[in-house]
Amino acid sequence: MKSSSIILLAVLALLLIGGCMTCNVQKSLVTLDENAKSKWGEVQNQYQRRADLVPNLVSTVKGAANFEQKTLTDVIEARAKATSIQVNPENLTPEKLQEFQAAQGQLSQALGRLMMVTENYPQLRATEAFRDLQVQLEGTENRITVARKSFNDAVQQYNTQLRIFPNNIFAGMMGFAQKGMFEADQNAQKAPQVQF
Amino acid sequence: MSLRNSTNFRFWLLALLLVFQSSLLLAQSDSDFPPIPASPHLVNDLAKTMTADQVAALEAKLVDFDKTTSTQIAIVTVKSIGNYEVAQYAVELANRWKIGRAAKNNGVLLLASIDDRKINISTGYGLEGALTDALCGRIIRNEIVPAFKTGNYYDGFDKGTDAIIKATKGEYTADPVVDKEEFSIGTVIIIIFIIIVIIAIFSSPGGGGGGGYMSGKGSSFGSGYWGGGFGSSSGSSWSGGSSSGGFGGFGGGSFGGGGASGSW
Repeated sequence: MKSSSIILLAVLALLLIGGCMTCNVQKSLVTLDENAKSKWGEVQNQYQRRADLVPNLVSTVKGAANFEQKTLTDVIEARAKATSIQVNPENLTPEKLQEFQAAQGQLSQALGRLMMVTENYPQLRATEAFRDLQVQLEGTENRITVARKSFNDAVQQYNTQLRIFPNNIFAGMMGFAQKGMFEADQNAQKAPQVQF
Repeated sequence: MSLRNSTNFRFWLLALLLVFQSSLLLAQSDSDFPPIPASPHLVNDLAKTMTADQVAALEAKLVDFDKTTSTQIAIVTVKSIGNYEVAQYAVELANRWKIGRAAKNNGVLLLASIDDRKINISTGYGLEGALTDALCGRIIRNEIVPAFKTGNYYDGFDKGTDAIIKATKGEYTADPVVDKEEFSIGTVIIIIFIIIVIIAIFSSPGGGGGGGYMSGKGSSFGSGYWGGGFGSSSGSSWSGGSSSGGFGGFGGGSFGGGGASGSW
């Protein structure tokens, strides 16, 4: 009678502790998960903003006398491809993210080439319309960088929490999986020298 | 509870390590960004491009704008930002300094890197509508760069901030300064209360020795209060008065990369 009640108590205690732990794990992971998802929304917003600028840019550049057609079609194609790849925030797997980043990277490259080619058209570059668009494009790229960075920070927090004991035991059972992150651009590795 | 704490602690330790690692990867370190000056100013001419009078004139204009609209326009000049992209550097600096008000995110940072000949206007989230990227680009091209080309930095900043002020004027209104009002009314009430108490102590009929003791204590208490208490309250109200002429500090605004850059 006595030993059985001790066993019962021990089992109850274990259940209680386990329950508390899963509850805690669940709570912290849900918070971090939601945070990462909302940051992802911002990333997609900013990429969409860039895609929205492209038609304007293309039509402005087209107006310039005999502008290189190839660069323009490259941009249009890359835009179409980039906008076709959307990542559901529920499904931010590393593979999906890589696919997204690759498609957007192609658009970045095409746009970069377009901007380089415009160097040969000083008259176009002198127009107010082109200058405004150039600035808008730059601003959008900056917003993308900021959004990507805060998304990466959020995912890093989430992934870290996911791997820590005891979360690593419970998280899989509760359906939490590692999320993908953006890889840093190569030129972000340079050591800067700043002087105030 | 202790279990939760220990996992929390471990999580933070790991997170901290990872944050350090990621900041190393991005080659971004704290020493690359000037800290917020101990007494914050809106005009921070770290590269010494302007005279003291010019800095004071700009500061007065921007502080006044901050007072009337709560929109904070900050100017920072540095010698060089090395390999940083000027826009990235500006956003990072603006987010570190938290220019603008927290709820409104209505900060603007004008950053000039003198040796690199680079200028950037960064807009807080709350001003991206009023101060669009294209408008920032125009302000840089038409107001700032022509003056900077001749080496007249003050002129460039003066015209640039005028244009920014014009664009953002109607966007936000000043924060109500309820705290200060409450503080001064509260002080007045306390002072009146203490005066009444002192009068009551003095006018209360007391026995010989006890009365002497009481009045002695009362007067020392009274003079202590008048000397220290009133002095300090008038002091604080004066310093409050002088800080209404100065800058009260950055308010917690955040930046998402909006704005424009240029070079001269």
